[in-house]
Amino acid sequence: MNQLGLPILSLITFLPLVGVLVILFIPGEKAEAIKNWAFAVAAVDFVISLALYFTFQSDSAQMQFVEHVPWIENLGISYHLGVDGISLFLVLLTTLLSPIAILSSWTAITDKVKEYMIFMLLLETGMIGVFVALDLFLFFVFWEATLIPMYFLIGRWGGARRIYAALKFFLYTFGGSALMLVAILVLYFMNARATGQPTFDLLQLLQFDVPAAAQTWLFLAFALGFAIKVPLFPFHTWLPDAHVEAPTAGSVILAGVLLKMGAYGFARFCLPLFPEASVTFVPLMSVLAIIGIIYGALVALSQRDVKSLVAYSSVSHLGFVVLGIFTLNAQGVSGGILQMVNHGLSTGALFLLVGMLYERRHTRLIEDFGGLWKQLPLFGTFLLIVTLSSIGLPGLNGFVGEFTILVGTFRANVVYAVFAALGIILGAWYMLTMFRQVMHGPLDKPANRELKDLTIREIAVLVPIVVLIFLIGVFPNLFFDKMGASVTALLAQVAGP
Amino acid sequence: MNIDIPSLNLIVLAPQFVIIVAALVVLLADLFRGQEQKNLPAWLSLAGVIFSAVVLFATWGGEASSFQKMAAADGYSQFLNLIFLTTAGLSILISIKYIADEGLAVGEYYALLLLATAGMMLMGAATDLIIVFLALEILSIPLYVLTGLNRARLESGEAALKYFLLGAFASGFFLYGIALTYGATGTTNLAGIVGFLGSANPALSVVEGAGPYLTIALGLLLIGFAFKVALVPFHTWVPDVYQGAPTSVTAFMSVGAKAAGFAALARVLLYAFPTLASGWTVPLAALAVLTMTLGNLAAIAQTDIKRMLAYSSIAHAGYILMGVVAANEAGVAGILFYLLAYALMNVGAFATAIVVGPALSPSKGKRGEPGVEIADYAGLASRRPFLAAAMAVFMLSLAGVPPLAGFMGKFYLFSAAVQADLTWLALVGVLNSVLSAFFYLRVIVVMYMKEAEEPKPLSLSWPLGIAIALAALGTLALGLWPSPLLDMARQAIRALLGS
Repeated sequence: MNQLGLPILSLITFLPLVGVLVILFIPGEKAEAIKNWAFAVAAVDFVISLALYFTFQSDSAQMQFVEHVPWIENLGISYHLGVDGISLFLVLLTTLLSPIAILSSWTAITDKVKEYMIFMLLLETGMIGVFVALDLFLFFVFWEATLIPMYFLIGRWGGARRIYAALKFFLYTFGGSALMLVAILVLYFMNARATGQPTFDLLQLLQFDVPAAAQTWLFLAFALGFAIKVPLFPFHTWLPDAHVEAPTAGSVILAGVLLKMGAYGFARFCLPLFPEASVTFVPLMSVLAIIGIIYGALVALSQRDVKSLVAYSSVSHLGFVVLGIFTLNAQGVSGGILQMVNHGLSTGALFLLVGMLYERRHTRLIEDFGGLWKQLPLFGTFLLIVTLSSIGLPGLNGFVGEFTILVGTFRANVVYAVFAALGIILGAWYMLTMFRQVMHGPLDKPANRELKDLTIREIAVLVPIVVLIFLIGVFPNLFFDKMGASVTALLAQVAGP
Repeated sequence: MNIDIPSLNLIVLAPQFVIIVAALVVLLADLFRGQEQKNLPAWLSLAGVIFSAVVLFATWGGEASSFQKMAAADGYSQFLNLIFLTTAGLSILISIKYIADEGLAVGEYYALLLLATAGMMLMGAATDLIIVFLALEILSIPLYVLTGLNRARLESGEAALKYFLLGAFASGFFLYGIALTYGATGTTNLAGIVGFLGSANPALSVVEGAGPYLTIALGLLLIGFAFKVALVPFHTWVPDVYQGAPTSVTAFMSVGAKAAGFAALARVLLYAFPTLASGWTVPLAALAVLTMTLGNLAAIAQTDIKRMLAYSSIAHAGYILMGVVAANEAGVAGILFYLLAYALMNVGAFATAIVVGPALSPSKGKRGEPGVEIADYAGLASRRPFLAAAMAVFMLSLAGVPPLAGFMGKFYLFSAAVQADLTWLALVGVLNSVLSAFFYLRVIVVMYMKEAEEPKPLSLSWPLGIAIALAALGTLALGLWPSPLLDMARQAIRALLGS
């Protein structure tokens, strides 16, 4: 059992599912009741998940809050959950962003509210499951299970090209994970033949030294699935479509959590399971990450639609995360993990703000705005903070993450660091350009004079994120301390005995 | 002189007998029923299926052989009986309103359906090639008639004729294969063949004359089976027959006939001819690849749901064939598990086609139902949320998305392939799953993301609703909690693989 004496991870994972079962019995006309209930469930889930943070033992690299029950015994599949310093914050990020996303859809979603909330909560269960699963089969089930609700969220409540975007999203991810499934099976039988112990349990498989020749292929098969999810250049083409067409809350969850599943997969599975291949592929992964950083930034620079600008900025930022993870040193990896959280917060907030603007004005084109600060000072303040966080202003969270990653990269390879730093400059360029064109200048569009500033609900949506942006920026050790032991253990596993 | 009196242990085929008796009772009752009791045959048939299931469970686990080792009740046949009875039960439930609306002959319909079921069950129990052939005919002939039962529709008759002609050809191939097997080995009994092949050195016998005959025999048997389970390139009858037959019949035969074909195929190849595996593994692997890929590619282009499901069923035959090719415990257990999962999700999917494409009775002046277009599903999610959700479950399960039954089944089959060092085959399988997601998702897109311009009437009844609900819940349950049935399947194949 674990330090809390109760199956808290199952509770956090499946509470949203229980919420769904209740929603099924609320008639669809009672949209208000459904919204309140969905929000309450997600909020309670967040509060419960805070217990993880406060009872997590920072000095231990072991999996914590472990639950282990046989599931499909004769195949060696078990229901094995646990968190360590790597997954802890991703779980918390998920439980934080879910109620925020639900709250942000309060007025944006008026059609089929019941189904919408059902899919939001199902998605939350799937995402948390991905981060806490310690059995490869269980992980795969959760991984695929997140596809379905997201597919519906984009396809039913999205923009004009939503069906195309939803299908593209589904097929890319489904295709990527198909190879992963075969790789999981190959790994399973290799281990079973070598040890006589058929198991999908990650912790047991980590004890098994995969033959070097097989590592290459297995690494590539896993990496393809993760790279598509991240998305790493050149597998990113589904992302702008999915982001632009998704409803605001969908974009928040997509950018905030789903993309992290890919980066998390690299850190959790690729590195420790296939250490030699990971080392071999450092140049490839780093170069792809750097191309993503620069390419994403350049494309973002030329976007006219704020939402696709933010979408491409995600490609750029996630490149940093992957770059950090593949430095294979403590700074890079911890920076990468923290940057996942940072990106979830700042990009999540950016999508929220874009969504609020869109709800008022029904356009997202930069050229339709200008001089909004006069009309929307509160909105402007939030956008400014988030923009600065996104471009890495010292004192805010983005700086801590990017700086740590760059330190790690510099230690690993100076050339990579130089190119990556270029991405930061470009990032400042496109974000500040966007900010200037939207917020400053003359308020010359008549339609913009009618705009109303943020409501209480919208402020409530944004405040928690902004608080965390400052908190991470000023006290990063509140977060790094919890990761330290796990990151050290991970790197020891990669370095080998 | 001693006369050998064959032992007749009737208990071995008790579940089959129950079904046959039920068929006869249905025929008789149909003569004497009143005009208003038009659902009586259906309920009688259902009672027969349930009683057969009771008998099945009462004798579960026992192993016995009878009729001079021509038929056996072993774990394998028992598990298959479970699949056939599930299929028959669900098919009866989805037929009740449909048959009445279509104005089809009620008594014959259910009697034929039960007889075909008995044939399928016999196929699972057959341990002699002669019985396999008899069972094949017992199941096929009722299906030919059922396919053409709707005389008001030209397509139905056309489908029946096609099915009959090609089926008869296939039977011919099969029979010739049996004859050559007998010529080569001197027996048609599977155990006898095992004895023959075990005593003679297979490599030697190729030279000595039995070899070429046996090779040709095996080839002909495989062609016969390939027709029945619809492997590419012996699949061409499937789309027309599935589209033309009454929808409830299509649901029944798409699952039942396929399962019966695979049941006998696996038993013949893996029990009787494992020593010749080097000869049939590669051709079957090639057939599996062709079948999956062509089935899925063709399904993408379909606009009619029944035709799409027909091509999808071809593709699924390819997945299932992987289990035969792998020829290991996981493979055969995987076949059994997959067939059960497939029974639930495929009957469920066809059942929704009955709801969406309501039968127009000939009395209304129209010649039968029009095709059921995928477009007819438009807006179903807002009109019938639970029905749409069930269909979404079936589609996602067919595509192999966890945590649904179809995923577990595929996972099991793919793992069997990897275990047999056929990783490339598993790879082809998963890539095909991705391909198939494309057309399964399209149904979901239509249901959830498009609205109907002029909604067509739906044809729902409570037995149909129950069948769909049971199938959907079963699909979920098998995906979330596969252990009990996987264990059963693994137990079931002990006798077959001789371990």
